[in-house]
Amino acid sequence: MEITVRGLWTMIHGIGFGALYLMACSGALVEFYRRYRSPLGPEIEVEDERFLRIYLAAMAVLAWLTVLTGAYIIYPWYRAVPPPGTASLAAFPQRLLMSNPSTAAWHSIGMEWKEHIAWLVPISITMAAVVFSQYRRSLRIHPELRAAVLGFVWASLFAAGIAGFFGAMLNKNAPVAGGPTIHIVPEEQK
Amino acid sequence: MSAPSTASAPQAKLNPNGAGAAAVLAAGIGSFLVAAFAILADKAPSIKSLMNFYKPTGPLSGVTTCAIVVWLAVWALLHWRWSSRNVEIGRVTAAAFILLFLGLLLTFPPIADLL
Repeated sequence: MEITVRGLWTMIHGIGFGALYLMACSGALVEFYRRYRSPLGPEIEVEDERFLRIYLAAMAVLAWLTVLTGAYIIYPWYRAVPPPGTASLAAFPQRLLMSNPSTAAWHSIGMEWKEHIAWLVPISITMAAVVFSQYRRSLRIHPELRAAVLGFVWASLFAAGIAGFFGAMLNKNAPVAGGPTIHIVPEEQK
Repeated sequence: MSAPSTASAPQAKLNPNGAGAAAVLAAGIGSFLVAAFAILADKAPSIKSLMNFYKPTGPLSGVTTCAIVVWLAVWALLHWRWSSRNVEIGRVTAAAFILLFLGLLLTFPPIADLL
């Protein structure tokens, strides 16, 4: 059982950070609705509010880690240009996709959309984390502000979903692989 | 989340909405800027080469760095102007949502290509 360094980084980016963000985002939305569904509901406890504050800050960290590893570690491998005369494009995912009309749109629409829309996620969730941290329980007396924060968290879920979907499909059609191999489990003797 | 406002005047005075409004509007502007800079880099070869901050990543590095820097600068400026007062939050959030929507829409390549 083995994995290449590029494959491992792609997994860390997509599953370790991206998919975890998507799951965390659903949790944050549930928490928001639970706490603020009624303006006449019981007062939010300090511990409860502290939990959501840390939770949103962790989501912001996850979102930044996702886009930064994506743009500065994996994307350069994805868009690498093969030297002239390269026979196999397996190590050059962008070129591999574009070399076939039936897969070219995974790059021209999928990657082109993913690489930009993903950046709306850290912007939105950083704002949500900071506003929640500033207003804490008093967000209850600012319904418009609360609705705006919630709207941006929904938008971040949508953007992360788009980026995650295309990330998975791109990796299925032209995986980012290569580099040194890490042997997780030694070869089995036959 | 369409609950009626429960903010009383004294409460709102003690805890003005300006800082939150600044953060929300700046996030809308930042979201729009990601799409706007991407389109500019795509349409103008001179801007595309200017945006090539980190060669392995290409113009994406400049597009996103510029959007993030301007977003943070706008946020700091709006925070400085609004943090101690109440602003018309309805209009601010409407503007922020329009910018966010445009950001989401204009990052979609078939729509960006129409411009």
